[in-house]
Amino acid sequence: MNSPDGVSRRGLLAKVGLAFNAAVGAILAVPMVRYLLSPSFGGGGAGNESWLSLGSLDQFPLGETRLATYRNPIVYPSDGETANIPCWVRRLDGEKFQVFAINCAHLGCPVRWFPQSGLFMCPCHGGVYYEDGSRASGPPERGLFEYIYKVEQGTLLIKAGKLPTTGSPSTGLTNISLPGKKPPCA
Amino acid sequence: MRLIQPGLLKKLGDWFDGRLQLAQSLKETMEHRVPRETASWFYVFGSAALTVFGLQLVTGILLALVYVPSGAEAWNSLQVLNHQITLGWFIRALHGWGSNFMLAIVLIHMVQVFLFGAYKFPRELTWIIGVLLLLLTLGMAFTGQVLRFDQDAYWGLGIGASISSRIPVLGPWIVNLLLGGPIIAGATLSRFFALHVFVIPGSLLAFVSLHLLLVLKLGINEWPMPGRLVRRATYLKEYHELTQKDGVPFVPGAIGKDLVFSSLILLAIAACAVAFGPFGPSGQPDPTIIQTVPRPDYFFLWLYAVLSLLPPSMETPALLIGPAIVLVVLLALPFVSGEGEKSWRRRPIAVLTILLLAVALGTFTRLAGNAPWSPVMNAWSKDPIPAEYLSGRTAKERQGALVFQAKQCHNCHALGGIGGQRGPALDQVALQLTQDQLVRQVIQGGGNMPAYGKNLSPAETTALVAFLETLHPAGQVPARDASRAVQ
Repeated sequence: MNSPDGVSRRGLLAKVGLAFNAAVGAILAVPMVRYLLSPSFGGGGAGNESWLSLGSLDQFPLGETRLATYRNPIVYPSDGETANIPCWVRRLDGEKFQVFAINCAHLGCPVRWFPQSGLFMCPCHGGVYYEDGSRASGPPERGLFEYIYKVEQGTLLIKAGKLPTTGSPSTGLTNISLPGKKPPCA
Repeated sequence: MRLIQPGLLKKLGDWFDGRLQLAQSLKETMEHRVPRETASWFYVFGSAALTVFGLQLVTGILLALVYVPSGAEAWNSLQVLNHQITLGWFIRALHGWGSNFMLAIVLIHMVQVFLFGAYKFPRELTWIIGVLLLLLTLGMAFTGQVLRFDQDAYWGLGIGASISSRIPVLGPWIVNLLLGGPIIAGATLSRFFALHVFVIPGSLLAFVSLHLLLVLKLGINEWPMPGRLVRRATYLKEYHELTQKDGVPFVPGAIGKDLVFSSLILLAIAACAVAFGPFGPSGQPDPTIIQTVPRPDYFFLWLYAVLSLLPPSMETPALLIGPAIVLVVLLALPFVSGEGEKSWRRRPIAVLTILLLAVALGTFTRLAGNAPWSPVMNAWSKDPIPAEYLSGRTAKERQGALVFQAKQCHNCHALGGIGGQRGPALDQVALQLTQDQLVRQVIQGGGNMPAYGKNLSPAETTALVAFLETLHPAGQVPARDASRAVQ
């Protein structure tokens, strides 16, 4: 039955129903979107990182670079072996270290250390780094990512928990190609 | 005695159609008139892509019966499929080869549609949905490669994350969203499983249906005749007249070649599956195993080559802007050239574009096959120096050859055709560089070579350069410093 201005009861109910659905949909969408975006915004960032032990200092001989591994600070049962992350530890002297991320600063492939020639080489696109992590050749635009470290009670600790990438060298990593620091023989 | 009486089948059919009422519209759809020349071997790729899509759906569901989408167990479940489940290897092989065939057929279909001008008025939307279908198919290829959760998948994800991280401002958030957390882990695999099994196939089904609906509504593109131009004002009328005057019903007039070709493709996939078996998995996805040489699947090899060959400063812009430009060009194509000549015989630029793209993709793919830009990680311990480069040499020169191996020079420099190709082959290096230049190059590096000054003792450098000076063809004089000759 039409009212004088042409709005029928059924038409109005349909419109109200539509608006009601839209409102409920929007209310439901909020938790869904928050759930979806939680890896990026739900307590991510620096909270993912914590101090992790790489083992006692005597595992790292003076002047040498050794592979060390740590277990990611946040682990789920489905992670399996992917939560074991390797890194390169270079002991300069005493308690002075450099801890490099395994990931090439170009596109993240695992770099390998060649002690004979004192170079890190990447198997993917041919990035090469010197022993101090600075860029030697190839496509990388910077040196290797370096973890922040500290020594406590004879143990080497690094701040880790995040995949380092060119666009977001994480908070626990320092950029070693700072201006003023030149590669050897440059 | 016949089990089914002749009238029974018809009765059953009538009973269903009395309720569904689909028979009439199905009959009309199947018998809609199409231009006679479209019953051609050039017009079989779209239906073949659809057939392979069907195969992927069936084999994908079969694999999902056994596959475990967990970072801790996926790799093991692939081993179970390969070695323990009856014919599990064959279903994996069908799915893997099916994906390669699907991408290839989709690309060929796209090239045919482009060269035959089928994207022009009124089929612009069909083309645009086709572009979306290409993107979705590529998405299936990449996510599928991730589900084969092995070393290549793990490091491939790292490359994907590194590329995404370069997106300005949003990069770090996108990386976390892509990986489902701060690192590549179980959550990463789970979300790629959801993409590969629900999100992308669902979108594919929806867009394939739209694509087909448009083909039915607008009709199959007529065989392009040079000089027969498309005009918005007259095309629909002309096409209708063509199908009436010189058309055939799609079934059975035009479907025969589609059916034959689709069967042949299925047979070819099965043959490849039997002959070559399933793809991988390679080593288990344990990042602490760093003795690995990650490579992308076949269809992304060209990208791998591009990423290696671009100058570093161009890389980020090319990665971020390049795909956007390609997408804009593809989407704008039917609007920029929506009318006019359809025949490839009168469209030289279209033909040249396709040739250029084919040559470029082919070259990059071939280059990526042997990846000359990567150091050969084990050349220094695996590839010997050819004996003729050592016989009759002095002790110092032979010592230099030892230095050449021990310091991994061989990883980047080939001798006698073996070793790395990152740097130039050194078989004739003595013709090009004098003793002083060799010393300088070794110690200071340069031209994309690292400096070895800190890692070679003076004695090692002297020996190495002495060896390098012997590397020239017999009878040719090595390069000499002219100023020294004067003294």
